[in-house]
Parts: sequence; structure tokens; C-alpha cells
Amino acid sequence: MTPIQFWTFLFILLSFGLYIYIAWRSRVRETSGFYVAGQGIPTVANGAAVAADWMSAASFISMAGLVAFLGYDGAIYLMGWTGGYVLLALLLAPYLRKWGKFTVPEYVGDRYSELVRTMAAGAAIFVSFTYVVGQMRGGGIVFSRFLGLPIPGGVAVAMAIIFTYAVLGGMKGITWTQVAQYSVLIVAYLIPGFAIAQRLTGFPVPQVTFGTLLNELNALSVQFGLPNYTEPFTARPQIDVFLVTLSLMIGTAGLPHVIIRFYTTRTVRGARYSAFWALLFIALLYTTAPAIGVFSKYNLLEGVDGQPIDQLPQWIGNWEATGLVTIAEGIDVIDSVSNNPADGADLTVDNDILVLATPEIAGLPAPIVGLVAAGGLAAAMSTAAGLLLVISSSVSHDVYFRRFKTGASEREQLRVGRIAMGAGVLVAGFFGVNPPGFVAQIVAFAFGLAASSFFPIIVLGIFWKRCNAQGAAAGLLTGLTFTTVYMIGTLYLGWPHVLGISPEGIGAIGALLNFLVTIAVSKMTPPPPAHLREMIESIRYPAARRAVPAAVATGRSDRT
Amino acid sequence: MADTRRPVPQPPPGDDSWQEEYWRRNLRLMVLLLSIWFLVSYVLGILLVEPLNNIVIGGFPLGFWFAQQGSIYVFVLLILVYAVRMDRLDQEFGVDERDEEEDVR
Repeated sequence: MTPIQFWTFLFILLSFGLYIYIAWRSRVRETSGFYVAGQGIPTVANGAAVAADWMSAASFISMAGLVAFLGYDGAIYLMGWTGGYVLLALLLAPYLRKWGKFTVPEYVGDRYSELVRTMAAGAAIFVSFTYVVGQMRGGGIVFSRFLGLPIPGGVAVAMAIIFTYAVLGGMKGITWTQVAQYSVLIVAYLIPGFAIAQRLTGFPVPQVTFGTLLNELNALSVQFGLPNYTEPFTARPQIDVFLVTLSLMIGTAGLPHVIIRFYTTRTVRGARYSAFWALLFIALLYTTAPAIGVFSKYNLLEGVDGQPIDQLPQWIGNWEATGLVTIAEGIDVIDSVSNNPADGADLTVDNDILVLATPEIAGLPAPIVGLVAAGGLAAAMSTAAGLLLVISSSVSHDVYFRRFKTGASEREQLRVGRIAMGAGVLVAGFFGVNPPGFVAQIVAFAFGLAASSFFPIIVLGIFWKRCNAQGAAAGLLTGLTFTTVYMIGTLYLGWPHVLGISPEGIGAIGALLNFLVTIAVSKMTPPPPAHLREMIESIRYPAARRAVPAAVATGRSDRT
Repeated sequence: MADTRRPVPQPPPGDDSWQEEYWRRNLRLMVLLLSIWFLVSYVLGILLVEPLNNIVIGGFPLGFWFAQQGSIYVFVLLILVYAVRMDRLDQEFGVDERDEEEDVR
């Protein structure tokens, strides 16, 4: 066993032992604990759990690699996956918390109608499935590299582990496990980031120092046949960069597994601060990622520059076994590098390995390599668990017991929820082995669908009392259909990109259509009943008004 | 915004006009913060990135820096400012949840 394998096993064993122990300690028997953790989670912990839930294999494993190959255009992921929290915190979280239900479809069902609820549950299941596939793939890559298995074997191991503790713990177990997972993943991300920054630039804060390498990296990139790193719009036209960023932001705010998190705080105020803590914790990783991208690409190009083929760095040999790094036949020196096998470059490196390989590429010691692997798994597993919970609650709570069997016992509800989770794991595993794209791309599709379905009708439901069930049903259907058709057409049927808009960016247009159709149809149909308008009025204020405003009272507790 | 310091009219109990005032001020704060959100990410980070890249600070072309670093810092601040100002607004109107938060389970 090599030192890298030893340390990887050790860290994975320790971290998973911890997660499973936490899940076992906080296992639950009631549905409310299973779905929303009984609304008793402190704000900072909830923020960390949101961050872990949110930062998936795509953020941890894929993103820095994508940014490294996209250069400036990688900003679509950096801004898109953080800016959505502003929308979430300002437009959704406090109001949905005040409404106080288990699931997103449940809010939609109360606000509009049972029909819209069922449609929303369908969309939630679909979106979460797309997303969980990306996690399976990410977890599979890690296990494959460090257990020496082919990708399908790695995915099978990931499936077994996710199934074990998502089914066991429910939301409460998942929340506390996710706090632990956040700690593991952020440490695993920051340590190599700081170490490499120190080594390359002499100052250990990657956010500040990666600028000093940009000039050299630009020159190296051009030398290896890659676009100039800081030059905008080399991978996507400007309009597409704009729309993809917008789709990812709106999608973030519409993702059911993120929204449901804000139901677990005790108060409306807690929901607002949870959003702050969550984004702060996320920003730690997201501001480091572009630095890691620059560092590892710089190290990669520098390391192979002018080297004879039999003296290439060690990491290339280590990763060739997974099939994710390939060297062209019959060459002596590497003259070109690409992330796309179709380019026929001398060295082809899959985006998805860059973060995992970064410590090896930089020549950091074996324990750090092992730590990064454990962090990647923490990211994949925590997100997968949160998503499976949404799938399970949508299937059992919003569809099965509403449409097929009302008035079932708590035990039965839990059992159906767990069966749904199991089925989810199996289907996701299948697509994890046969993925329709890169991890981050798969995830981007989930966002487009979430953006075009949930976000518009939830926001209008809060801010526009006149919005009614007919409008929401029509809007949701239009947005979702339009986006799905464009995605399938451009991805699989060879349609051209209209105006340069990629399938990742179409969600923003779908959301716009959803808004317009919802408003138009609502205007043409009767307004919602009076009791609904009162409910909407009531969610706008965190609590009932007291006789003496608290501004007069003193000694307000400010703990968060 | 200086206007939060001006005395808020205290309507007699049963009067609903405070609700409109509260909501109006919530919306105004929201629109202000969302404008900043749009400005840093879409205007400075995407629409004006090419001219801004001619300015280089610490090795970073400025437009590139907004797109990959600056906008994220601003997002975090925007949410913090929203939470803090809404706290104040809630207290001022007496709709804060002090009682519920002290109810420790």
C-alpha cells in the first residue's frame, strides 16, 4: 500500500466513522424530525449545514478544474453559485420560514392548489434526481482513484454509503452530520490552497496572491495552445455568460433541498442569519477555488513544460489508471494540453480530477492528498443525502399520501419515504456510471430546471397577492417545458445554440417565460380567495405586533 | 439611510397602516440591495469586464477580479446588511421574535 493510499483510507475511515456515529446518535422516529429536524437547529450550525448541503461534488471536485480550463469564463460558476443566496435571503427564506411547512411543494400547494402541488413535487423529484446523479459521479471518481476500482465500482461504493446514513438519520441526523462534513471539506480545501499559495507566491493567502501569477499563466496557456487565461468570453459569448450566471443564481434560490433548510431554523430572524452564515461558509471555498484553479494549472503546465515523456511528473502515472488523464501515442515532448479528448492534444486532463490531483501536482505530502479525498467525499455525500431527503419527502409526503393513500400512520409514511430514498440511490447510481456530461454540467441542468419552475411562482406567491393557482400552474408548466425541450434539443438532437445561448443558460429565459405566463394568466382569471390573501399578508411580518414596540424595551438578546 | 432614525408614527391599536409602512420599507431596502447585487456581478463583472480589465491591481485585471472575487465578498455583505437592518425594522415596529427566541427547548 502506498503512503497516499494509507492516508486516504485513514482519513476516509475516520471521517465516515464520525458521520455515521452522529447519524446514529440523532436517529429519529417522527416525520417532523425526519423532514425538518423539529425546527430546533441553531443558526450557525444551520448555516454550516446549508453550506455542506449546498457545496456538492461539483463545487469541491469539479469547479476549480472547470475554472482552470475556462479562465475568466469560469466566473459563471463562481458568481452563479453564490449570488443566488442574495435572492434566497431577500426574497424567499424569511417568508417561507414564516409559512412553516415541511416541503416546497407543500407551500405551493397551500398557496395555489393541489394540482400545482403535485406538479411542483414532480419537478422537485426531477431536479433532485438530476443533481444527485452528479454527486454519485463525483463520489465514484474519488473511490475509483483511491481504491483502484473502475468508475462503476467506485459509484457502487458511493451508493452503498449514501444509502446507509441518509436512510438512517433523516433531517436531524443529516443536519448534524453535515456540520461535521462542512468542517472536513473546508479544512481539506483550504489547507492545500494555503500551502500552495505559500510555496508559489511566498504568502499563504490564495485569494490575495493568485493575481501575481496571472501574467505568467497567460503566457504558458498560449504556449500550450490554450486561450489567454484572463481574457473574457473565450469559451462562451457575452450573452451566454450573462444568462448562465443568471440561471445558476435563480436556480440556487429555487432548489428545493436548499430552500427546505430554512424551515429548520427556530425563527424568521434565524432564517435570515442562516442565509448569511451559509454564504459566508460557502464564500470561504468559492473565493479559494479560482486561486486553486490558477495554481494547479500553472503547476500542471510548468511541470510538463519541456519534459521528455518518460520523465513526466509522478501524478500523471497515478491518474492514468482511472482513464481520466491520457497521453497521446508516439510523442516525445508535450506541446499541447487540453481538457477535451476531441482536441487531440498531447496531454488530456479531465476537469474533474484537477482538485483531487492538486496536492499531487504540487508535490504536497501524502496526508494532504488523503485529506482532500476525504473532503471530496464529504461534499458529495452531504449533498446527496440532502437531495435524497427531498426526493423521499416529495414522493411520500406530497404525492403518495396526498394522491393515493391519505391518513397513513407515521410509521408507514417513514417507510415509504425510506423506500423512495433507496429507489433514488439506485437510479442515480445508474446515471452516475453513464453520465450525460461533466459533473458540473449535469448539476447546471438541475439549476436550469429549478430556475424555470419554482423560483418565479414562489416569489410571485409572496410578493403579489393577486397571483392565483391557474397562473402558477400555467407558468410552471411553460417554464419547465420550454427549458427541458431546449436542453434536450441542443444536447442530444443537434439543435444550434440560438443567439449563442447554451443549454446551461436557457433556465434564465425559462424563468422569464414562467414569470410572464404566470402574470398574464393570473390577470385573466379570478383573484385568489380572501383567506389566501390574509395568509400572504401574515407571512410578511415575522411575529404578531406587540403593544409596546421592542425598540423601547431594552436587553434584547442578540445571539444568533 | 438616515430615514430610519426619524420617529415612526405609532398608530392606535387596530390600525393597519403600520403594515403598509413596514412592507414599504422592507421593499425599499430589498430593491437597494438587489441593485448593488446586479451592479457588482452583472455590470462590473460581465457587461463592463473588457474596459475594466485595462486597470490592473495586484496582478488582477479589475473586471476579472470582480467576476471571480469581488462580487462574492459583496454578496456576503449584502445578506449581512439585510439581516441587521431587518432586525432593526422588526424592533421598531414591534414584530420581532424576541419571545420565541428566548423559548429555549
